[in-house]
Amino acid sequence: MSTATGPGRAGAVAEGSDALLSVTGLTKHFPIRRGLLQRQVGAVQAVDGLTFDLARGETLSLVGESGCGKTTTGRLLTRLLEPSAGSIRFEGRDITHLSTGRMRPLRRDVQMIFQDPYGSLNPRHTVGTIVGAPFRLQSVKTDKGIKRTVQDLLELVGLSPEHYNRYPHEFSGGQRQRIGIARALALSPKLIVADEPVSALDVSIQAQVINLLEDLQEEFGLTYVVIAHDLSVVRHMSDRVAVMYLGNLVELAGRDALYAQPMHPYTTALMSAVPLPDTRRRGARERIRLQGDVPSPINPPPACRFSTRCWKAQEVCRTVAPELVELRPGHRVACHFPENVDVPTPAATPEAVDS
Amino acid sequence: MIRRVIGAIILLFIVSAVVFAIFFLVPRIGGASVDDLASRYVGKSAGAEQIHQTAIRLGFTDPIWVQYGRFVKGIVAGADYNYGAGIEHCPAPCLGYSFLTQNPVLPDLLDRLPVTISLASGAAFLWLLGGVATGVLSALRRGSVLDRTTMGIALAGVSLPIFFTGLLSLSIFSYGLGWTAPGGANPMDASTPWDWAYRLLLPWITLAFLYAAAYARLTRAGMLETMNEDYIRTARAKGLRERDVVVKHGLRAALTPILTIFGLDLGLLLGGAILTETTFSLPGIGQYAVQAVTNNDLPKVLGVTLLGAAFIIVANLVVDLLYAVVDPRVRAS
Amino acid sequence: MTSTVDRARFDSLSPVEGLGGLGRPPADAFLSVRDLQVHFPTDDGLVRSVDGLSFDVARGRTLGIVGESGSGKSVTSMSVMGLHKPGTVRMSGSILLDGQELVGADSDTVRALRGKRMAMIFQDPLSAMHPFYTVGHQIVEAYRVHHNVSRAVAYKHAIDMLGRVGIPQPRSRVDDYPHQFSGGMRQRAMIAMALSCDPELLIADEPTTALDVTVQAQILDLIRDLQAEFSSAVILITHDLGVVAELADDILVMYAGRAVEYSAAEQIFERPQQPYTWGLLASMPRMDRARTERLRPIPGTPPSLITVPSGCPFHPRCAYADLTEGLSRTQRPPFREVLADHHIACHLTSAQRRDIWDNEIRETL
Ligand SMILES: Nc1ncnc2c1ncn2[C@@H]1O[C@H](COP(=O)(O)OP(=O)(O)OP(=O)(O)O)[C@@H](O)[C@H]1O
Ligand SMILES: Nc1ncnc2c1ncn2[C@@H]1O[C@H](COP(=O)(O)OP(=O)(O)OP(=O)(O)O)[C@@H](O)[C@H]1O
Ligand code: SF4
Ligand code: SF4
Ligand SMILES: [Mg+2]
Ligand SMILES: [Mg+2]
Repeated sequence: MSTATGPGRAGAVAEGSDALLSVTGLTKHFPIRRGLLQRQVGAVQAVDGLTFDLARGETLSLVGESGCGKTTTGRLLTRLLEPSAGSIRFEGRDITHLSTGRMRPLRRDVQMIFQDPYGSLNPRHTVGTIVGAPFRLQSVKTDKGIKRTVQDLLELVGLSPEHYNRYPHEFSGGQRQRIGIARALALSPKLIVADEPVSALDVSIQAQVINLLEDLQEEFGLTYVVIAHDLSVVRHMSDRVAVMYLGNLVELAGRDALYAQPMHPYTTALMSAVPLPDTRRRGARERIRLQGDVPSPINPPPACRFSTRCWKAQEVCRTVAPELVELRPGHRVACHFPENVDVPTPAATPEAVDS
Repeated sequence: MIRRVIGAIILLFIVSAVVFAIFFLVPRIGGASVDDLASRYVGKSAGAEQIHQTAIRLGFTDPIWVQYGRFVKGIVAGADYNYGAGIEHCPAPCLGYSFLTQNPVLPDLLDRLPVTISLASGAAFLWLLGGVATGVLSALRRGSVLDRTTMGIALAGVSLPIFFTGLLSLSIFSYGLGWTAPGGANPMDASTPWDWAYRLLLPWITLAFLYAAAYARLTRAGMLETMNEDYIRTARAKGLRERDVVVKHGLRAALTPILTIFGLDLGLLLGGAILTETTFSLPGIGQYAVQAVTNNDLPKVLGVTLLGAAFIIVANLVVDLLYAVVDPRVRAS
Repeated sequence: MTSTVDRARFDSLSPVEGLGGLGRPPADAFLSVRDLQVHFPTDDGLVRSVDGLSFDVARGRTLGIVGESGSGKSVTSMSVMGLHKPGTVRMSGSILLDGQELVGADSDTVRALRGKRMAMIFQDPLSAMHPFYTVGHQIVEAYRVHHNVSRAVAYKHAIDMLGRVGIPQPRSRVDDYPHQFSGGMRQRAMIAMALSCDPELLIADEPTTALDVTVQAQILDLIRDLQAEFSSAVILITHDLGVVAELADDILVMYAGRAVEYSAAEQIFERPQQPYTWGLLASMPRMDRARTERLRPIPGTPPSLITVPSGCPFHPRCAYADLTEGLSRTQRPPFREVLADHHIACHLTSAQRRDIWDNEIRETL
């Protein structure tokens, strides 16, 4: 169902399809300024040349370690940040450099849920004010009046309508995350970018919120971009997974294909590093231990950014940047020496997305 | 670093220009003529002609920038002055001559500097020691009787004026009990260091008390914060003695912001010194400044202001450098 | 070190309550905790952070303590280390370190043990190290508290320790400040500091929570290797069941300041017996399974530790509370041995548990 259309569009779902969002060469460099004249002395290359499409109704997860640019990508997609290069098209329309004013109608369609359920809610506003804010900002009229609508939303996310006049500090972490979700849902968006929606929550509460997000997706046909570093959560929630390393997209594949046969060495290492809650497999798993830490995005290694920690690295990895190419249908990898290429595709691997 | 020093020098010029403007331009804008200004520098009986002559001699009739230029030139290159009794050369850096006494300003200032420095350094030592020690003790015994009493005293210390504490202590300890030197004893005339300290003891304590109170409160707040840090828990987990935990880990971190404030306070000390020197009749810079202002003796005022500004700017520089020494994280960036 | 006087203290505790259902400490236990209670009086009321906790750790073994946020894991570790501020805490029960009673012990006695016989590493290695001292200085300090050696000798030892925890070029990194280290290196340095005096008990409180997975894997390997080398007793505190599954020999599951299940790691993962443990395992999304059906969250939220629910503190969230004829609501379930070396706190009968396990739980795990 999907074919690459040249190196620039290697992450495309399908040619001119009904992709809700398509991103090409998306880049964000944060300038570093020093001194009296604030001269630019360098840049944090937070996100560098991402290309992918997002189909309607799917959940795409962005995974990777701290600082690899997941949050920055999320903020670029929702246009809370201005891209340094590349383009973003939403429903076919180029929104890369839309001004704040022209973005406003779009804000109804694209919403973000934040990681920190404590910091992202204004402690001086009531739950009603917080969840009702999108209506006021967009001057949207509702049939039943804002209060009634907000109370319906609260019920939808598993809170009680009586919570309308309470303040965020009266709620637990999981409940606060529900408030954030209710706020994001207020204007019936098409796309929700959820930045680490459950990582601040305890396991038992995590499951409640994950289930809620899944139910809402089913009910309203939402499209999700889920940002997470927990590979277990990602496996549970996503249709497709994009693995990032130091600002680059290194692998993009359907969930089952990625977990069954990761091709990028980094993905392999990442997966083998996750401790499994299973004592029987202790010692039986093949382990790949990466040395050292992620390098700084200010001075990323040349060509393949993973080459400083990769056990398969050769000279070519340090001189020629690997392109993100489709090695199997729907499975794209940026590596000169990918893993699992000779293994036959498992019969059970489903298509990346069913549209 | 060099940029800092150049910045500091530019700042000094700006300060001098502003002071110059305040004493010259503002009265003129307010409608005073040059003769009105000059009349303050001659006897009451002088006639209009004599006053006008004085105005010309003092250079008041020249445009303001010429006057300012002359002043700056004096600092950089020295200047010649004609006060009627022949031309006198005043070598650089020349802050000019007092209009009133016709003494050069700089030597006068330098003469008085040791007194002020004696006062300031002794008081600074006392307040740092006393303030920090009480701050640490109160923080460690938070909520105890000791904490509440010292913080009560500290609150009083911050709010009581030096005149009051100074005169009170003078009357009790010096005139009443005779334990300390009476006011007006010039410490620079002392024959032994012991005598020097004896003469300065009461002024030190009075001045230090004001600051110590503020420092005690600062230290206490800082200690309460740092003693809750994770690294304090680590220090305890190593099995360090509580005293080492408090001093080497807690105080070390809590002192850093205090050091900054200490530097600034040292620079600003002139304000405290003015009141203390006046109260105890010490012939220091502060007293000189008071005289200069009451007499409207412009070169003196300018001199004191510049010296004060230089103090503050240098103190700031030193603090910045020290900060890099005590906090390795600052050094890196 | 074992003192008969302290052993005698045990006999004075009431046999059932006092020993928290675990009985007298086994001979090989290096650390034995019995019926530990740690309460904090606050303006809002008495916080019962730990309320009747018992466990043992032997040399060369690793005990994993798991539980959700606020279940009392850190308070437990701080109690063993004697790091609670005196005057703010009420502690009772017994903590025996190699036979020596720590509850109520003189603070200087406990201090002398800290760092030497028991050491601790913390969650956030950046804030846990003093920003103004070099890494080397901080290790030297830890070593010299307990060893009467010169600075130079201790410095050599610090370099040695940094090398052993896998810091590259320890000789040149020893004079770096913590902020010059990366997160993983900081945690290595913390471990070097904790192990500098060769402690027999190492408590690691969420040692990898602040780290990335790839670095977490390095640190967990390191702890495992060092434990084999030093054969110390290790307490590993975490909320990540994966981490304990990798490292722990025994697992203690805590809920609301109490132990709810305590057994060998294999038992906990393969034959858990307690409804809260079931809930915890079932609510976890798993990376190693292709399961796509819905997760089964535990309903509700963890209780307040000031107004702990009556009876079994888990009863408002427990799906099986109704099966106990009201006992769950009124009586605190005793911590008892239901299988060999397998303790739980639950009123369900073994027949009921077997039934639930066979019909509801087994296939979901
Ligand atoms: N406003 C900014 N100015 C400068 N650098 C920034 C800014 N925002 C992010 N960065 C840098 O960009 C890089 C990517 O950051 P980002 O927050 O996107 O990472 P992340 O993948 O979300 O990490 P985490 O898992 O820790 O949330 C980091 O090195 C970060 O320091
Ligand atoms: N000094 C104290 N005074 C009052 N309450 C305290 C104190 N220390 C801890 N508590 C309370 O005790 C309870 C248990 O805290 P603890 O830190 O042991 O939890 P934890 O299991 O380590 O959780 P986490 O996973 O979040 O670290 C919490 O509710 C906490 O608020
Ligand atoms: S391109 Fe080379 S260095 Fe990069 S991941 Fe592939 S093998 Fe490793
Ligand atoms: S005692 Fe009752 S409420 Fe508690 S875990 Fe057992 S069945 Fe559930
Ligand atoms: Mg982020
Ligand atoms: Mg904790």
